[in-house]
Amino acid sequence: MKPSNQPSSQDRKLGKEEEQLLDDLGIFGQSRRTFLNQMSAAGISLMAVPYFTSDMFAQAPKAPDLDPESLLNALEVNLKINGDTYPLQVDSRMTLLDALRERLNLTGSKKGCDHGQCGACTVLIDGKRKLSCLTLSATCKDKEITTVEGLAQGTDLHPVQAAFLKHDGFQCGYCTPGQICSAVSLLDEAKRGEVSYVTENVKDEVTQLSDKEIRERMSGNICRCGAYNNIVQAIQEVHSGKAEMPRWEFATEQELEASRTAE
Amino acid sequence: MRPFQFHCPSSAAEALQKHSRDQKTHYLGGGTNLIDLMKEDVERPDHLIEVADLPFKEITQTANGGLMLGATLNNNKTANHRLVRKNFPLLTMAMLSAATEQIRNMATNGGNLLQRTRCPYYFETSMPCNKREPGSGCGALNGANSKSAIFGWSESCVATHPSDMCVALAALNAKVHVEQADGSSRVIPFTEFHRLPGDQPEKDTNLETGELITGIELPKSEFPDHYYYYKVRERSSYAFALVSAAVGLQMQGNTIIKAGLALGKVAHKPWKLENVERFLEGKEASLSTFEAAAELAFEDAQPLSKNEYKIELGKKTLVQALVRAAARS
Repeated sequence: MKPSNQPSSQDRKLGKEEEQLLDDLGIFGQSRRTFLNQMSAAGISLMAVPYFTSDMFAQAPKAPDLDPESLLNALEVNLKINGDTYPLQVDSRMTLLDALRERLNLTGSKKGCDHGQCGACTVLIDGKRKLSCLTLSATCKDKEITTVEGLAQGTDLHPVQAAFLKHDGFQCGYCTPGQICSAVSLLDEAKRGEVSYVTENVKDEVTQLSDKEIRERMSGNICRCGAYNNIVQAIQEVHSGKAEMPRWEFATEQELEASRTAE
Repeated sequence: MRPFQFHCPSSAAEALQKHSRDQKTHYLGGGTNLIDLMKEDVERPDHLIEVADLPFKEITQTANGGLMLGATLNNNKTANHRLVRKNFPLLTMAMLSAATEQIRNMATNGGNLLQRTRCPYYFETSMPCNKREPGSGCGALNGANSKSAIFGWSESCVATHPSDMCVALAALNAKVHVEQADGSSRVIPFTEFHRLPGDQPEKDTNLETGELITGIELPKSEFPDHYYYYKVRERSSYAFALVSAAVGLQMQGNTIIKAGLALGKVAHKPWKLENVERFLEGKEASLSTFEAAAELAFEDAQPLSKNEYKIELGKKTLVQALVRAAARS
């Protein structure tokens, strides 16, 4: 099959939605041309990630106040999330995940299976990785909760976030917030010398993790796209402190041209 | 999920007092099993009493050289505690084979003992299950029973206990400390804590209504050097066992002085192998001895229509665990 003869990205006419996205991202003029040169439109969502800042999330609409009458067995909880305190009245049944997503518009934590099987909802509670889908909001009083939104310092990404970008530790990105929170916790666990089931002798502390150790310790985060190799590479780079070449790179103009004209 | 009232007592006494006898009440530990079952509409409590933050979070040395594991300490902290790793590495290994870092950070020690079966008929509310709904029948008896019990089952239930931790606790002869509503307490030997289904499969344990687990006592360490928890499962991490074996050996040269053995996922409770422990004592560690031990262990196995494979798998699992435990130096 002969591939369609697409114009190169810099002179391709952008769709209305694409224009809007770039406007929203604040990418204009020369930056926009540079940005488009780096990528095809299909990859916009990927490259857009570093351009998202907490300011953008802050513009999300506020959750409507609920009529307390609509809550069954209502409870008052002060949720401390990413350094902020949110007084909230919740139904006793409301999980932390639902409170984050449906009441506080912190939609970084994802609902995958909602049964503790996939890890997409992983957050840090008092510094430990836990599943927000199996945690009742009512049990979170006085606990410090960190979600993926709380990892970056302003526009400076957390080293694990930066490594996931560099090593392409995702495809669709749905499991990524959970993977990243999980990995951040894994680094602390390693610093404490914690062992795992694959540790040769659990009587010895383990501070330098092999890839096998990282795989075992990340087994609670399922990636349906199968980005596991890159995820392990990203975590290993931050853990070991040794920079590694990513397994991917942008195609050159010549390679793109060759693929367009190939039979 | 059905509505329930949530209680957050600040002491064990308050928790025990809040446990209502006329309405369905559960203590809530880490919630990794109970909240899931509530979402599945399998568990329908009227009251939840949070006990995860009650002050049973210590690991202390007992007078006779053992350890007391606090009931509300989480599984990861317990497994990684310096004294547990040093003196009870079998327990560390079994605990870390279970679930994931996230789940073990939530799950409490007391809650681990009280987790319910993973039998699919128990989870599927449109199916019969005597454990979920006494009198409705057992779907697994002549149904999808490839993961069901091969020991100690009854016509009313063929479910297995899913815990890894409990298999090691059975091998290590642990004891469970519980408090009762009137303020008194009692100690239950581990082999008597869980029960076989009989005609009351809705009862997993011999706990009485409202009793609260406060600690798990480990006797003086006997197997700090020769230990292995061998878990066979359908993927290499984050899966329940098909069969597992916990082995602790005390060796003098190549002679076995003492053995602590239990199998997992073969019965309604962790399957302690007392006769095999006695068989091994005084014998030389060798492959033929271990194979004879495995034959003895599965002598009374009664497979169902789709789980005969567990006998061969179980024998090999036990032999592998024995070989690995003996080979440690």
